[in-house]
Amino acid sequence: MAANPAYDPALDAPAEKQPLATRLMYLVRKQPLGAAGAFIVLIMVLSAIFAPVLSPYDPTANDFAAMAEAPSGAHWLGTDQFGRDLLTRIVFGARTALVVGFASALVGGIIGLVLGVASAYFGGRFDLLFQRVMDVFMAFPLIIMALAVVSIFGTGVQNVIIAITIPFIPRCARVVRSSALALREIPYIDAARACGYSHTRIILRHMVPNVMAPFLIMITAFVGQAILLEASLSYLGLGVQEPTPAWGLMLQGGAEEYAESAPWIAIFPGLAITLAVFGFNLFGDAVRDVLDPKLRSQ
Amino acid sequence: MKTFAMKTAAAFAVGAALALSAGAPGAAQAATPKKGGILKYVVPAEPPSFDGHRETSFALIHPIAPFYSLLIRVDPSVPYKSGNFVCDLCTEMPKPTDGGKTYTFKIRRGVQFSDGTELTAHDVVATYQKIIFPPQGVASARKAFYVMVDSVTAPDPYTVVFKLKYPSGAFIPALANPYNFIYSKAKLDQDMHWYEANIMGSGPFIFDGREAGAVIRGKRNPNYFHKGKPYLDGFEAIFAKKQSLRVQAIRGDRAAIEFRGFPPKSRDDLVKALGKDITVQESNWNCVLIVTPNHKKKPFDDVRVRRALTLAIDRWGGSKYLSKIAIVKAVGGVAFPGHPLAANKAELQKLAGYWPDLKKSRAEARRLLKEAGVPNLKFELHNRGVDQPYKIVGTWLIDQWKQVGMTVTQRVQPTGPFYATLRKKKDFDVSLDFNCQAVVNPLLDVAKFISDDKTGNNYGNYQDRELDKMFDAMNQEPDPKKQRAIMRKFEKRALDEQVNAMITLWWYRIIPYRSYVKGWYISPSHYLNQQLEPIWLDK
Repeated sequence: MAANPAYDPALDAPAEKQPLATRLMYLVRKQPLGAAGAFIVLIMVLSAIFAPVLSPYDPTANDFAAMAEAPSGAHWLGTDQFGRDLLTRIVFGARTALVVGFASALVGGIIGLVLGVASAYFGGRFDLLFQRVMDVFMAFPLIIMALAVVSIFGTGVQNVIIAITIPFIPRCARVVRSSALALREIPYIDAARACGYSHTRIILRHMVPNVMAPFLIMITAFVGQAILLEASLSYLGLGVQEPTPAWGLMLQGGAEEYAESAPWIAIFPGLAITLAVFGFNLFGDAVRDVLDPKLRSQ
Repeated sequence: MKTFAMKTAAAFAVGAALALSAGAPGAAQAATPKKGGILKYVVPAEPPSFDGHRETSFALIHPIAPFYSLLIRVDPSVPYKSGNFVCDLCTEMPKPTDGGKTYTFKIRRGVQFSDGTELTAHDVVATYQKIIFPPQGVASARKAFYVMVDSVTAPDPYTVVFKLKYPSGAFIPALANPYNFIYSKAKLDQDMHWYEANIMGSGPFIFDGREAGAVIRGKRNPNYFHKGKPYLDGFEAIFAKKQSLRVQAIRGDRAAIEFRGFPPKSRDDLVKALGKDITVQESNWNCVLIVTPNHKKKPFDDVRVRRALTLAIDRWGGSKYLSKIAIVKAVGGVAFPGHPLAANKAELQKLAGYWPDLKKSRAEARRLLKEAGVPNLKFELHNRGVDQPYKIVGTWLIDQWKQVGMTVTQRVQPTGPFYATLRKKKDFDVSLDFNCQAVVNPLLDVAKFISDDKTGNNYGNYQDRELDKMFDAMNQEPDPKKQRAIMRKFEKRALDEQVNAMITLWWYRIIPYRSYVKGWYISPSHYLNQQLEPIWLDK
């Protein structure tokens, strides 16, 4: 059997033989931007987990003696109009962002994965009809779709997750389907059918694991998008509600009125959103580069 | 009985004057008015319909009131004394006869609607028939204000007679309500709903067009019956939902004024940016945010829980600090602060939630919650999706309740669904609600707190017959001192003993506007003095 000229065995070598630190250093050298993204994501995750330990203040406690205070030793990023410590609210806001981001991306992605693979596997009229339904959903821009959903279900963290999950489903299903269409023609699927395996078993055990690469790429991209969408919905007053710490909500509460006299109220939550989305995008690109064989060969 | 009406009128005049902490802004504006120009002003929302009798929103009053005249009104030259009632369409304020039960108004001759037809007493009667005795299927938002009215008739084309069931000091203030636009009988006979989608009045301006979602225009009525007025050639009411947009419109001189009110921060920004080009008028506001527990939902059917809710709130501290970021200020009870019928500070401090010792108050709140079996009460605060002051006050309240161990989340809904929840679904735990009135008239304004089957705007789902009795007694009591005594008992029962609802803070109206706008004076209500006829532009 001839060797694949596009395959570089050296790419896999460190992962198999070297200790963890070496392998990490190798990845950092190979994907410096991805590593930076992963670092931002890691910081965010750790902040969310250890928020009560890291934050010296209660994120929802009003302190009218410290209303709209500029950054200082006591309040590193200043306070908002209710005297709440901005750093504390940003750190706790990471929880909201991650919960909404991961929940929406995972739920939307997994439903889209199963539906996309099923659509490719069954083909025919089912595929035709299912894809037209997906077309209808895809015709709406992400934010418009989320706005429509939240206006039906109402505001709050759970409803925001639902609102962001629904528009993710067709997007994931469409990408996964295109990968699964190629899989469907591979003989081992025919072999599985010949063995009398059920459709569910063929889809879940034989097809789904083989489309994980595009799926994981989609998921990482979705997390960043979901954080941005959550911030947008909260900014529009349709997402998470006070006093829950959430970055978009922090912008909504202070950006308009205090932009001139207390700009830190808007700047720091804005920076947090930007950094988080930037981090997830870099990380997602790196995941794609590593998992996509075409890009890996380049 | 004449003395009853006179005493009450005097009480209103004195009370309203006292009630305005900002004082009289008029003197500084005295100058010779100039004619001409278009007044551009911003309005935060579009009117749901054009029918003043049906609607309750400033969104209708601000763009639509200039097209209509009223029978009587609050004096536009001193609207901050909202007990000063003067004729608009009538020729002279009547003195009550028949022991205070009959009021006879003489109507001006030669008044024309904008279609050229003459306005007579029959139009006034048709209007008040629609307001007081609306036929089936016709909405009248304030018909409860006229429970004392027995009949309205026109013995001749220039005389209107109101006969009351009993003498009432609340009648004249109710009659001066700025929503009582005088409509054409011919149009009402043709279709009682005609005015919901059409505009045709006898006011200082004539409708000159509308661009949905953008602007309503009016032009000067050349046949206006107050000779020499209006001074303006016309007006443009520009709709702008976002507050930042409205502030920027004034800053950039794309609009001269917004009549509802801005928060202190926006005032400060405008003053800082524009200096002498901005004038500011401020006043206590006859509007209050109310916490309404759902009495049909556990554990809010338990008076101990409701009492704990009110005891946790630091109103005195809230007034000091919230007034820096929101359009709220005065601490008060059920009646407009400063009015003779309102509680003074010493009286307030005897009520639950107003005690001067906050620690004691919150300790009692914790004790009551424990006693009621809900030491760590969790519930949802239902709120309206409007920043000022709803969401600001809502966030503050959640922090107040947290300090006695309650965990509160907030559900915010846009105005339509918000009211649907209050009026139809009724599935809320505790809701923020408001009581905004036009003419300062506590005798009727407190109708908000009586049983929900007696009034149209109590959303607490409770009946309190004791309160109902006190309300009726107060409205039929001729002696203002006794009225006040009953009001105290009413207040004690509503806010302390039963805690049917909780007053938060009364609103504070701040109007920063371009200094070239003259002739407009602030009032304790954003509904009053919006016909725009005295306004002129010093450009």
